[in-house]
Amino acid sequence: MIRFDNICKRYPGGHEALSNVSFHLPRGEMAYLTGHSGAGKSTLLKLIALIERPSRGNLVLDGINLSNVGNNKVPYIRRNIGIIFQNHHLLYDRTVFDNVALPLIIAGFQHREISSRVRAALDQVGLLNKEKSAPITLSGGEQQRVGIARAIVHKPGLLLADEPTGNLDPELSKEIMQLFARFNDVGVTVLIASHDLDLIEQMGSAVISLNQGQVSHNDLARQPVEQDAG
Amino acid sequence: MARSDSNQLAKSNPLKAWATHHLRTLIASLGVMTRQPAASLMTVAVIAIALALPAGMFVLLNNASHVSVGWDNSAQISVFLKADVSEKQAKQLMGKLRLYDDVVNVSMINKNQALKEFKKISGFGGALEALGDNPLPHVLTIEPRVDAERPDKIRHLIKQLNRQKQVALAQLDLQWVKRLFAMLNIAQRAIWVIAGLLGIAVLLVVGNTIRLDIQNRREEIEVTKLIGGTNAFIRRPFLYTGFWYGIAGGLLAWLLTSLSIGLLDNSVAHLASLYSSSFEIRGLSFSEGINMIAFSCFLGLAGSWIAVGRHLSEIEPS
Repeated sequence: MIRFDNICKRYPGGHEALSNVSFHLPRGEMAYLTGHSGAGKSTLLKLIALIERPSRGNLVLDGINLSNVGNNKVPYIRRNIGIIFQNHHLLYDRTVFDNVALPLIIAGFQHREISSRVRAALDQVGLLNKEKSAPITLSGGEQQRVGIARAIVHKPGLLLADEPTGNLDPELSKEIMQLFARFNDVGVTVLIASHDLDLIEQMGSAVISLNQGQVSHNDLARQPVEQDAG
Repeated sequence: MARSDSNQLAKSNPLKAWATHHLRTLIASLGVMTRQPAASLMTVAVIAIALALPAGMFVLLNNASHVSVGWDNSAQISVFLKADVSEKQAKQLMGKLRLYDDVVNVSMINKNQALKEFKKISGFGGALEALGDNPLPHVLTIEPRVDAERPDKIRHLIKQLNRQKQVALAQLDLQWVKRLFAMLNIAQRAIWVIAGLLGIAVLLVVGNTIRLDIQNRREEIEVTKLIGGTNAFIRRPFLYTGFWYGIAGGLLAWLLTSLSIGLLDNSVAHLASLYSSSFEIRGLSFSEGINMIAFSCFLGLAGSWIAVGRHLSEIEPS
């Protein structure tokens, strides 16, 4: 699903965020991306979401080499990715329902289809009773779950999460991680950047560790290589 | 990917979805405007005033042209014959002049008849009687063929007339009409220039409003880009906002122009009555009003297009 092949990312200032990163996350797998802050976790996720472009190396996502993807094609690649942010990135001028509906509106779904899918997504994160609320009235954990509902409402093949539990207490964090595990159970590929090592240990999924822009540990590398399109 | 295949099935026919989305955005952007009525109204008012000003001038100019229309066609050459020319000679000359190419019609004012009328109108009856002789000459009035492309033809005709031995003086006194038309022409050009400048002002006002709107919705734009919104999708609400500003500005401009003309109406009617004329000031016609709205709408769209083109690409998620 995601294949990094000797990826380097150098920012204009000269800071090399990633150097020679290679790994392969097969379809349907779930992995945690760990490392100190500044180790390159966010950069790695940004490369997958085409927010940043690699300086060198090949990045293949779902069989598509992303270096061949022009800027005008970027939106269509992103539509198959659900992205979850630490600071939620919710739009506070509209209801929870409208926030979650946004990816479906962008993709051009019918009105009736939108309603049922948004309710299904909110149901999955346990917020069905909050659909008419304004996001600002929700707690941090609830807002994060709205963000998750928005990321999964269009049933993407890949979920990316950048420190999704950053601001939450341990109990809520665990709930959120279990939510991700449930999506993985139904076949969604999941990659979560987190520095919460205790929690990651409890979850028991594969871990990729980054240290100063290089892969220092990779559980996936020990598994037999799978034949996967990308 | 299998998932996106199932997504495809759930989507409606792309054209219908596209049209529905456009319609929804059109209405939504109007909704956004009405949620901040004061700010929107101010922008609309600026557009309306900028448009109403040249529109009002055009209306006044049109009316001025309307009053004076036909004045240049009523050009008439008065040919004063010499005092010793008899009625018979005058009639002969009249017959000769009728054959000229540039002459449409000739009529004669008999000097005896003219004197009678003059006595009656002027009230100088007694004094004129004392003169004994009729001091008035026969006068021929000539309606020349007016050829707008060749104004010197009339001048040539007058020269020809003046060369006739029976003619004391032939003159066309339309200099003031020419001057009026020249002035109207200048006024028209001035209004075009003013309209052009104010049109640019409308473009900038809409552009600036949309620019602020884009900045205020930066977060929304970033999020939309992150979840796969195309540039066209993001651009759309801003373009429609510009469109609505244009429509609303044009409508208000029409209203302002009509109200202003309405205020002038009574005074103009009074002035016209002093000239015993039934002239009435004419406001914008329906089609002129529609044209103004269309123009305004175009300016709104163009202004927002410029703003969107310049500022939307600056916003990328990071």
